[in-house]
Amino acid sequence: MGILRTFALGGIHPPENKLSANAPIETLPVPKQAIVPLGQNLGAPSKPIVKKGDEVKVGQLIAEAGGFISTNIHSPVSGKIFKIDNAIDGTGYKRPCIIINVADDVWDDTIDTSAEIVSEIKQSPEEIIDIIKNAGIVGLGGATFPTYVKLMPPPGKTAEYLIINGVECEPYLTSDHRLMLEKGREIIIGTRILMKALNVKKAFIGIENNKPDAINHMTELVKSHDDIEIQSLKVQYPQGGEKQLIKASVNREVPSGKLPIEVGCVVQNVGTAFAVYEAVQKNKPLVERVVTVTGKSVKKPSNFMVRIGTPISELIDAADGLPENTGKIIGGGPMMGKAITSLEVPVVKGSSGILIMEEGESFRSTEGPCIRCSKCTYVCPMGLEPYLLSKAAKLSNFEMAENESIMDCIECGSCQYGCPAAIPLLDYLRLGKLKVGQIMRNRK
Amino acid sequence: MSNFTVSGSPHIQGDESTKKIMYGVVIAMIPTVLFSIYFFGIDAIRVFLLAIVASLFFEWAIQKYLIKGPLSINDGSALVTAILLALNLPSNLPGWMVIIGALVAIGMAKMSFGGLGKNVFNPALVARVFLLVSFPVEMTSWPKPKPITEGLADVITGPTPLGIVKEGLGANKTMSELTPELPTYTQGLMGNMGGSMGEVSALALILGGIYMLWKKIITWHIPVSMLLTVAIFSGIFWGIDPEHYADPVFHMLTGGMLLGAIFMATDMVTSPMTKEGQLVFGFGVGLLTILIRMWGAYPEGVSFAILIMNAAVPLINMGFKPRRFGAKPGVALNN
Amino acid sequence: MDNIIIIAISALGGLGLIMAIILYFIANKFKVFEDPKIDEVEEALPSANCGGCGFPGCRAYAEAAVKSAKENGNLDGLNCPVGGNDVSQAVGKILGLEVEAKDPMIAVVRCNGSRTNSPGKVNYEGATSCSFAHALYAGEGGCMHGCLGLGDCVDSCDFDAIHMNPETGLPEVNTKCTACGACVTACPRDIIELRKRGPKDKRIFVSCINQEKGAPAKKNCAVACIGCSKCLKVCKFDAITITSFLAYIDFEKCTLCRKCVEECPTSAIHEINFKPRKPRPEKPKAKAPEADKSVARKTTTQKEVVTQDLKDEKDNKE
Repeated sequence: MGILRTFALGGIHPPENKLSANAPIETLPVPKQAIVPLGQNLGAPSKPIVKKGDEVKVGQLIAEAGGFISTNIHSPVSGKIFKIDNAIDGTGYKRPCIIINVADDVWDDTIDTSAEIVSEIKQSPEEIIDIIKNAGIVGLGGATFPTYVKLMPPPGKTAEYLIINGVECEPYLTSDHRLMLEKGREIIIGTRILMKALNVKKAFIGIENNKPDAINHMTELVKSHDDIEIQSLKVQYPQGGEKQLIKASVNREVPSGKLPIEVGCVVQNVGTAFAVYEAVQKNKPLVERVVTVTGKSVKKPSNFMVRIGTPISELIDAADGLPENTGKIIGGGPMMGKAITSLEVPVVKGSSGILIMEEGESFRSTEGPCIRCSKCTYVCPMGLEPYLLSKAAKLSNFEMAENESIMDCIECGSCQYGCPAAIPLLDYLRLGKLKVGQIMRNRK
Repeated sequence: MSNFTVSGSPHIQGDESTKKIMYGVVIAMIPTVLFSIYFFGIDAIRVFLLAIVASLFFEWAIQKYLIKGPLSINDGSALVTAILLALNLPSNLPGWMVIIGALVAIGMAKMSFGGLGKNVFNPALVARVFLLVSFPVEMTSWPKPKPITEGLADVITGPTPLGIVKEGLGANKTMSELTPELPTYTQGLMGNMGGSMGEVSALALILGGIYMLWKKIITWHIPVSMLLTVAIFSGIFWGIDPEHYADPVFHMLTGGMLLGAIFMATDMVTSPMTKEGQLVFGFGVGLLTILIRMWGAYPEGVSFAILIMNAAVPLINMGFKPRRFGAKPGVALNN
Repeated sequence: MDNIIIIAISALGGLGLIMAIILYFIANKFKVFEDPKIDEVEEALPSANCGGCGFPGCRAYAEAAVKSAKENGNLDGLNCPVGGNDVSQAVGKILGLEVEAKDPMIAVVRCNGSRTNSPGKVNYEGATSCSFAHALYAGEGGCMHGCLGLGDCVDSCDFDAIHMNPETGLPEVNTKCTACGACVTACPRDIIELRKRGPKDKRIFVSCINQEKGAPAKKNCAVACIGCSKCLKVCKFDAITITSFLAYIDFEKCTLCRKCVEECPTSAIHEINFKPRKPRPEKPKAKAPEADKSVARKTTTQKEVVTQDLKDEKDNKE
């Protein structure tokens, strides 16, 4: 096989802990009440088009896009709108949500709910983009960037390659892994749909080689296609980052502050490819997704197919309950996920996993003085100097932070993971990015 | 059940810690320490113990009564400084001088800058140079190594090989005349020659270096660039006139060259942050060492060279940035 | 021997003379004219260089003041919050202008979500920066408007006037405050407001900025303003307004009658530096000093500030 492809700068290798890799995807029963937040994507929140007391079916449009970078939201359940009110999200902030009391499980008539796989693509590229836009599909890797925006390259730019992200470099998470194993054919068809929409001739599916079963399965499936290539990548975090994956797959570097289309690439997650398949071939909008529930103390680490809006407490119950000594609950993986403040938070389009950490596991060591070991600089995948940037942010020297390209930081957390003095480098980097971002916006 | 914790990502941490790094350095120094005890006997143990006890005491006392900050005596950094300091001293140095050295290292070179991580100069080297200029006689009367197995007879003091060369060449002798007085390469490798406690055995130092490379405590950049610079420059002069300049291998094996390259110049706090910067730093140290050794007043130049380059580290850090992702090689993003 | 001394003296002396002449000409040639009044104004300023006036330092303020006096003939918009009236009068005098006296101001922390009033539901771990924590989560107590208690305001203060109370986890302002406004900008949640200092430092304000409805606000914090409008009804001077379930007292209109303080069902309205009231038997909530300490929910924290402030003043007098 030779040297495995990977990205060039930095990178770390945290313990993988893929506890739920062998747990097949289970479909979770519909919840009693679904909380559907209106701001589920990067960009503007959606605008509700239903009102209190309305009856809705599964897949019915309940909120429209509220701007260019925004998406439609469809009802994930059937029942009566209970209220449209503020409810807490994972961070504890209250945000507008549509709360639906579930009655039955009646799907909209136009949706094909059969298990039959449709492989022929009938629609034109414009129609495909339209369907994806209407189905409310966002990047399911976690960034929740509306997918249709990525499929419309700005004038003067053309896409050359489509890269499907099956890397899943975050420890613990296995939702993409299971999806590739169980819905491989659908993902390939989804990839072909995306290729048609973008008019590209070549697609890569990047998978880290700690998932040999997924690599073998997918390679088997693309044998008849020359234009889709499965790439086995060396295990290294953060390979799932868009820029890192492009570097690893086609050896191109996205210039600082630019989008991947600048180097002719479009990156989509495997989950997104699956959602695209369902939307285009089955007319099924994005109402459910695969979520991993895992953790060292969890009795039954599992992968669930759940409706958007299901409270995470139901997922945890389905994985045999919350362990006694839980210290921290994380929405997403341990490297980039967000700590969750309450169990009443619903699953949203961007939830890829729920990680439960024991009390001792989640504690941070006491911060010591920086010994200038430069390990943070060695591991930074963007070639930044985290020690310098965090110090600049801490001392409010935002001008210096900006000049040292703090905005290039992808917040992967590699620097803080390896810091021997346990300095919360990324906390300060985020603070710096926040402030520098404000300063830059004010300047315009 | 207690409250959940909220914090920013990442939520896991690697198993690196300052303590681990410091004790890793201590482990790497063990072969050198054992060799010096073997060659210099009880006197060596006395200097080691004095240096360690005094350094730890000063660290504790200054943190507790002057800085009034949190105590960090357990992190092992004072221990590393103490052993490095002892390795830089002759084994027959009077005890009170060792204690003064420890005070200078911890108090002046480390704590006055704000403690661990904030010092500009390598504490052990500051103390060595301080002692060297304050007590030149005591600091340059090096005992001849005498393996502990040969009994505990009185030690004879004598000059280091570098001293012999310096003086010899100064007295218009040629290298071939001096060679019989100098240790052979095997002796140099094993450590059977005059010098400070840590300078004598090249083999033990290299062992420690390999250990630190394996544990990723240091990178190869500084030692390699420093030694390569020394080899190239001394090689050029030796090639031109072998009668008046010592050969590269001699330069490598004698004096504090290896001790400096492996343990002193690679000190994290006082070396540059990027690998490019470290190459430049090593080059500077190597060049200055050769300049001092060949034309300076002192026979040995490693400590001065490292201290001078320590001062240049902030400048190197500003000039040598890591290559940013998405930038053209060698072009900074914002220019 | 004598020769050498003479040569040395004349050489050095001559050198010095030549240098002095060169320097003299250069200094004359490159002299920058500056209005001497700038120096005078700067002299009159407090030299704190706090930036409270909106200029990078006292020198910049002095330049702006002289410029404004020359061009506009007034000092509108140029206010040194640190120096207060005395300094503005002095500056006005130097520039030959009449300056209106302004009321002295002080920073007021409008949150009382202490550890007892708004008990923690989660624990925070990470950088001690309110701005970062604000972006990360709602707060330990669950209130998304409340104080995060990580002390950005304390760090921003140049006058040692704001400190964290380790018991309540809330910042407290003391009499050293100069109303420079640094903490107001530092707070990511706009909790701190500059209000009129008031006669003898007496102030009344709503110590809450929660704009949620009553029930959710009350759920997270026992002393939240629930927007019940009781204070609005009792106020005879139209000083109180309620916007999105939050009362606000206009300090220009407030006459410090203290009626609203009594009326507030959640003790969200605070009075500072008033003498303790006479106990009123018909109203159990009345503020008798003894009763006050026993009622934990009642503004205990504010009480401490009062005593602290009074003590500070006493110290100053001594």
